[in-house]
Amino acid sequence: MAKGQIVAGCLAPHPPHLVYADNPPQNEAYSEGGWETLRWGYQRLARKLKDIDYDAIVIFTPHWQTYIGTHFLGLPEFKSKSVDPVFPNLFRYNYDLQVDVELSEAMREAASEEGIITKMMRNPDFRVDYGTITSCHLLNPKWDKPIVTISSNRNAHYYSPEVMIEQATALGRACAKAIEESGKRVVLVASHSLSHRHFVEEAPLPEDMSKEHIYNHSQYVWDMKIVEMIRDGKSREVIDIMPEFTEQTIAETEGGGLIWMLGAMGFPDFPAEIYGYQSVIGTGNVIACWDPNDDTREYVL
Amino acid sequence: MSETNESEILFGIYCPPHPQPLLSPEASEGYSNLRTAYDECRNRIEESEADIIIVYSTTWPSIIGHQIQALEKAVWTHVDDDFHYLGSMPYEFHMDTQFAHSMKENCQKRGLEARTVEYEGFPIDTGSVVALQLLNPDNRIPTCILSSNMYSNRSETIVLGKAVRDTLAQQNKKAVVVVVSSLSNRMFTEHIDPKEDRIHSQKDDDWNRKILEFFDDGRLEDLSQLSRDIHGQIRVQKVVAYKPAWWLAATMGQHNNYDGEVLAYEALHGSGGAVITLTPSSGSVGDKEFDEDDVEFYRGDRNVLDKGMLE
Repeated sequence: MAKGQIVAGCLAPHPPHLVYADNPPQNEAYSEGGWETLRWGYQRLARKLKDIDYDAIVIFTPHWQTYIGTHFLGLPEFKSKSVDPVFPNLFRYNYDLQVDVELSEAMREAASEEGIITKMMRNPDFRVDYGTITSCHLLNPKWDKPIVTISSNRNAHYYSPEVMIEQATALGRACAKAIEESGKRVVLVASHSLSHRHFVEEAPLPEDMSKEHIYNHSQYVWDMKIVEMIRDGKSREVIDIMPEFTEQTIAETEGGGLIWMLGAMGFPDFPAEIYGYQSVIGTGNVIACWDPNDDTREYVL
Repeated sequence: MSETNESEILFGIYCPPHPQPLLSPEASEGYSNLRTAYDECRNRIEESEADIIIVYSTTWPSIIGHQIQALEKAVWTHVDDDFHYLGSMPYEFHMDTQFAHSMKENCQKRGLEARTVEYEGFPIDTGSVVALQLLNPDNRIPTCILSSNMYSNRSETIVLGKAVRDTLAQQNKKAVVVVVSSLSNRMFTEHIDPKEDRIHSQKDDDWNRKILEFFDDGRLEDLSQLSRDIHGQIRVQKVVAYKPAWWLAATMGQHNNYDGEVLAYEALHGSGGAVITLTPSSGSVGDKEFDEDDVEFYRGDRNVLDKGMLE
């Protein structure tokens, strides 16, 4: 059996606004559009992924928050409706997805061997979180690949950002080992924004782009610093400043997704492809892809 | 602000959000004690003349202002993110939609951003599901659930409580109010045998017991004034502040004139879980210490850059 490999790593933010703006048949809410910079960026990245041969998507989501270890989806199918608890007016999505349970179990076992507390989630009534749904829908609208969702253990809340970095890196290493041993080709997805301070009011028409802007300039400057660093291939340096970035911008990186993904990819020193940056209800969102293949890596933006 | 009568709160309940008392009460003596305490509260609610149960849940975070559950019949099967292996929680809750819509208007009159949510399949949080399943299992009394805005601090939370009073007074309704929150909220980060459950640390236990003394003495306003200390000492910093005592005091009345009763105090995977009742009375304990101003109207974040200069 050939060794498995990570064929791409995506930083894929999950504002439900982007699905809402797309008006897919699965979503009950209707919009007049909006947030095109991000949506067009997602469409471009989705086209790239279509041309890559892969078996599964493994996604780390901050909206499945666990405090007792890291949990993995452990049933082959989940079919239900995901309603965003914060933006139910925008996101009521009927999903029907498949899980690569074999890969999920292998990653759980590898994580456990790394000393991480783990749990398989095998309750059929469990509702898959909207972060998973949003990122996966935008990267693969046909849902024709199985996924594995990994929960976000909130180490940063209980201990410190440094402990979270250590644990998320260990989890990434374990997942990479399991992928290699599985013989599968896998796309990794870190599902989150960068800066994450929201406005607490919503425009009467949420997709009114005349009302959309970053919450404050400080968030923008920090976000641009991160974008510049990942564009320059400085992923280790990104991790080094992650505690300060997270604190200063209330960043969604606190969940550990980007650290997990970069750790799994061995902290790449090649540039990330940038597909777009835009604010959503004040938060800062970048779509980026780390393509380890020198022949297919592009300079997108 | 009240347009008609004074609001009437029959009593208040403080109870924990964890699902063990609902799903696995037999797993430990502590969980069983909490379940017995919930059952006692359920009996008291049934014997009361309450028209509505109002729930403020710390496990329902909101961002766009304050969300108010308004779907007449909320039906779903809920599964907890951490404790999914304990089982599913099917529910059907009946909301007081008239109260919910008036509550939204009264929030807005007091300067708060607020909205109702009325969507089939809306994910009602673990804390609300546990509390309502145990306290009002047959939907004898309609209910209303309020979210806890993740960015809000003291003034916003106090004003939210006052909007509840406005609405009760307008509608001439008698209420039981329920806060769903742990005391200390640090859980063990590994799976444990429920029979070996205990409070995570001695320090958390000491603080919990001091808070319980205040509750037992009916000193709600004093607890409200201590909220920032409680947040710093025994709360894992997930949100900006410990808000339950602010909301409960603003809703029930900002004083210490209560008969408090601690029905149970037990560990829930390391966190402090207590079922407590507070009933308005005529007595008062001790001198109140008011360190921070009372607030009637929420004026938003103070823009110190624009308004910090003396005029």
